[in-house]
Amino acid sequence: MKVLVTVKRVIDYNVKVRVKSDNSGVDLNNVKMAMNPFCEIAVEEAIRLKEAGIATEVVAVSVGEKSCQEQLRTALALGADRAIHVEAEQELESLNVAKLLAKVVEAEQPGIVILGKQAIDTDNNQTGQMLSALTGMAQGTFASNIEIKDDKALVTREVDGGLQTIELAMPIIATTDLRLNEPRYASLPNIMKAKRKPLETKTVEELGVTIKEHTKLLSVTPPEERQAGIKVADVAELVDKLKNEAKVIG
Amino acid sequence: MSILVIAEHDNDTLKSATLNTVTAAAAIGGDVAVLVAGSDCQAVAQEAAKISGVSQVIVADNVAYANQLAENMQPLIVELAAGKTHILAPATTSGKNIMPGVAALLDVAQISEVTKIESADVFERPIYAGNALAKVQSLDSVKVLTVRTTAFEEAALEGSAAVEAHGAAHDAGKSSYIGEEVVESERPELTAAKVIISGGRGMGNGENFSILEAVADKLGAAVGASRAAVDAGFVSNDMQVGQTGKIVAPELYIAVGISGAIQHLAGMKDSKVIVAINKDDEAPIFSVADYGLVADLFEAVPEFESNL
Repeated sequence: MKVLVTVKRVIDYNVKVRVKSDNSGVDLNNVKMAMNPFCEIAVEEAIRLKEAGIATEVVAVSVGEKSCQEQLRTALALGADRAIHVEAEQELESLNVAKLLAKVVEAEQPGIVILGKQAIDTDNNQTGQMLSALTGMAQGTFASNIEIKDDKALVTREVDGGLQTIELAMPIIATTDLRLNEPRYASLPNIMKAKRKPLETKTVEELGVTIKEHTKLLSVTPPEERQAGIKVADVAELVDKLKNEAKVIG
Repeated sequence: MSILVIAEHDNDTLKSATLNTVTAAAAIGGDVAVLVAGSDCQAVAQEAAKISGVSQVIVADNVAYANQLAENMQPLIVELAAGKTHILAPATTSGKNIMPGVAALLDVAQISEVTKIESADVFERPIYAGNALAKVQSLDSVKVLTVRTTAFEEAALEGSAAVEAHGAAHDAGKSSYIGEEVVESERPELTAAKVIISGGRGMGNGENFSILEAVADKLGAAVGASRAAVDAGFVSNDMQVGQTGKIVAPELYIAVGISGAIQHLAGMKDSKVIVAINKDDEAPIFSVADYGLVADLFEAVPEFESNL
C-alpha cells in the first residue's frame, strides 16, 4: 500500500507574526520558514506505517512556489521515498489545493492520504475534508490514532469533549492532530541521502486543474492589543479585586 | 438572503454553539432555517424551534445521521443548499469535520472561523493564530461559513418556528461510528465554561493539577492547560488551550504557571478577565493579564482556593 503525505511550507511557529504596514498581508520577508507542525506529524505517521510493514512506499507532495521543495527535501530526509512538487506561483485557496491533490491521488492511487489538520498560517482546516469529498474517499479527521486492518481503518478522533472512534472503508484520508505521534528529527546522513531521492515537478496545467478565485482578501490588520492590567501584592488582594472590582466571582 | 444553519446536538439536547451560530446568521440578515440531522432527535428539533430569529426547523431523523458522520451529512446538506445564499455551522470539531466537504461538493470556498460579519459577503476571520485579522470577500454564490462561537452571543430562546421533516436518507456506507470516550466530568466543557483555570509547564507534573481542580470545583470552572504542559505529558491534549488546541473566551481565565507563549495567548486572549499567577515577573502572560500575581503557585493557588 502506498501512502501519500502532504507538506506545507509556512512561517515557523516560533516566529512573531508582523502585519505589513499597507495591510496587504503578513510580512514573510527574511522570516524563518518551516514545515507546518501538523504536516510534520503527518510525515511521521506515514513513515511509521512503512516501518510497521503496512505501507510499501511513502510519497510526499507539496503545492506551492519552488521554495517548498525545501520542505519536500525535509520529508525525504525524514524517510519519504520520493516527492512531488506541484508548482503554483500564487497562494492558492484550499479548494484549489484540494483539486490539485485529487489529481495526484488519481494518478498515484494511495491507500491512505495523510494531511495536517490545519496549516498555522491561514488556519483554514479544510484541505483534507475537501479532498475527501472530491475523491469520495472516507475521512478520519483530527486523528490521534490510526489503525489499519486489511480493507478497514479504525481512526480515533479528537472531538470536543473527548475521543471518538470511527471505522472507515479503505482507501482513506486522515488528518492529524497533536497526539497522533511525536515527530522525529532528520539525521545528517539522511539529510545528505535525501538530496539524491527523486523529486518530480508537475504544473497546474499538467494536472488539468482550472484555478478558480473564490475569495478576495480585502485587508489584513493586527488584532487589538490587550492592555496589561495591574500586579496584585498577594492572594487576598487578588480575591478582593475579582470579587469587588471585576465582579467575576461571588 | 436565505440562510441554513447546521445544528450541533447529541440527539437529546441542542448544543449552545448552535445559538451563537444563529446570532451570526441573524447578523447577515434574511431568512434563517436550522437543520437538525440526527436519529431520534425530535426533542432537539423542538428546542431549535424556540431559537429567536429562526423561521424554520428542518428535521432529518434517520439512523444514518445518528453520529453526524461527514460522508452521510454532506449529501444531505448539499441537497438542502438549493436556493440558499449562506450555509453556517459552528466551528466546533463537528462543524469543521463536515463543512469543508460541503463547500467542495458545491464548488465553493469555505470561510473558516468567522469572527465578524461585515456584510452579506464580507467576513472577518483570524489568521496566524489570531495574530492577524483577515477581511475576506466571498465571490461565490453560496457562502459556506464556520463560525467561531466565542465571537457571537447566544441567541435567545423565545421563538416558535415551524418544524418540517425532511425524508431523504443518505448512507454513504463508507464510515461507521464505533464509540466515544467522553471525558466524564462534573465540570463544564472548556469551550462552554464561564470560568477556566489552566496550568502550564510550571505545574511540574500531572498530579499537581489537583490543586487547580480544587479551585475549579469551588468556582464551577473547567480545567485547561498550555501546549507546554500537554507536550510535557502532564495532561491530555483535549485540555489544551491555544492555537493548536481550543479557543476560549470565558468571563474569567486564570493562568497558572503559564509563561504566555504566542501559541497559548492566541487561544485565550479574548477572555473577559485574565488572571496570571507566575513566579517569573518577566513572563509575557503578565502583558495580557488584568490581575497579575508574582508568586510561587504551589503556595498561592491553595491559598486562593481557601479564600474562595
